Amino acid sequence: MADRIIPSPTQNPESEPFYAAAKEGKFMIRRCKDCGKPHWYPRALCPFCFGDTEWEAASGDGTIYSFSPMRRAGYTIAYVTLKEGPTMLTNILGDPDKLACGVPVKLQWTVTEDGTPVPTFAAA
Amino acid sequence: MSIKGRAYIVGAFEHPTRKAPDKSVAQLHAECARGALADAGLKKSDIDGYFCAGDAPGMGPINMLDYMNLKVRFFDSTDVGGSSYIAHVAHAAQAIAMGKASVVLITLAGRPRSEGQATGTAARPGNPGIPDSPWETHFAPVTANVYAMVAARHMYEYGTTSEQLAWIKVAASHHAQWNEHAMLRNVVTVEDVVNSPMVSDPLHRLDCCVISDGGGALIVTSPEIARSLKRPLVKVIGAGEAPKGQLGGEVDLRYSGGAWSGPMAFAEAGVRPADIKYASIYDSFTITVLQQIEDMGFCERGRGGAFVSDGNLISGVGKLPFNTDGGGLCNNHPANRGGITKVIEAVRQLRGEAHPKVQVPNCDLALAHGTGGLIGSRHGSATLILERE
Repeated sequence: MADRIIPSPTQNPESEPFYAAAKEGKFMIRRCKDCGKPHWYPRALCPFCFGDTEWEAASGDGTIYSFSPMRRAGYTIAYVTLKEGPTMLTNILGDPDKLACGVPVKLQWTVTEDGTPVPTFAAA
Repeated sequence: MSIKGRAYIVGAFEHPTRKAPDKSVAQLHAECARGALADAGLKKSDIDGYFCAGDAPGMGPINMLDYMNLKVRFFDSTDVGGSSYIAHVAHAAQAIAMGKASVVLITLAGRPRSEGQATGTAARPGNPGIPDSPWETHFAPVTANVYAMVAARHMYEYGTTSEQLAWIKVAASHHAQWNEHAMLRNVVTVEDVVNSPMVSDPLHRLDCCVISDGGGALIVTSPEIARSLKRPLVKVIGAGEAPKGQLGGEVDLRYSGGAWSGPMAFAEAGVRPADIKYASIYDSFTITVLQQIEDMGFCERGRGGAFVSDGNLISGVGKLPFNTDGGGLCNNHPANRGGITKVIEAVRQLRGEAHPKVQVPNCDLALAHGTGGLIGSRHGSATLILERE
């Protein structure tokens, strides 16, 4: 399956620090300073309690929660559940025939057109 | 306070067109409005409330009320995608119960087919104003693959099969053969569905709804006005609405917002799923139906695959006749929003005006349920329970 070219992400003030860290190879998530829970996608206010949140480095390890290859379009959409807890929408690289729900995956940055890396995954 | 018994649907009209390159979207809205008024036996000047959603051009009520030259004292443009018009009926009932309106018009129309939209598979441009867009849009979550992830997870959790999902399309096609306006009138088999080209694994082309131009309209009114008209009485007895998203990262694809809106509607109506004689269930994809059937409580969670199999959704054959117009899967999905046609077919069934080949005998209690947006990520759900008086 020919790989789709992933466009560069659109940006807003809440996403800019994430992509700046990504350029240094760091994969960050946000955790609440009040209730202590991590979440995805990253927000300034905790989606569970409205507390203030902060960045922390994440492992990049996860498992496939669900996925769907669009073979003609050349990509696989997926939800990956991170080791830290939250589940994120992403793309999985490589042969979709080797994928299944529950399969372990590992972060593999994909550098997009303008040089911004986005967090994609591949079978671990 | 409840809306139970406080409002009636007296007008329902589905535009017969499925391809309208020669009409404007506003014109389609107005033609639907005229059709619903004629169905109800009401005049244009009787309308004092108007509802529309994101398919309406411009600023919704502002441009549409000006185009139709309607003077109203209540308007609402709640937009929760395809489920909007089901929520609109409930909101109209609330307005009527509060004395804020007495004859409410709801319209939907659009031309995605004429405009050549790749509705289910086209990636959308990023939009920094939408909070999830910087995290997701570049990964190209499109309609088909996000619904496909719901199907893939259902298969993983419960052993649901493509053949079971296919039965939903088979049932819809059995109904559509009797609808002269339906886009797809050929009866299909389970094999036809599973052998159709894969769009987004595990959803095949025939697991997807049609792309059609067209529209529909409803008239909701007070008990007093409803009783003064000559149409059978279709009473609003319960409603529920609920949003669901990714839950801060605690993504759970086993259920949709329907698992919340359905029970609310049943509680208000004071009836149980087993009492429902006919169900209009949103059918953007086969998996949409399967999940909503579980969410509505028509069967146990995880048992949807077995429930929809062997013709159980076919009128005259199975226990839960659904989408007897052929639904979005075979008949019509105007403006990529199927909520209004769900209500319209439920009204036809309750009036005894469905096609004789699919009419449910003694249909006195019906449900219409819709979902708008993407059940695999973020969406609105709306449920309506209607009773023939």
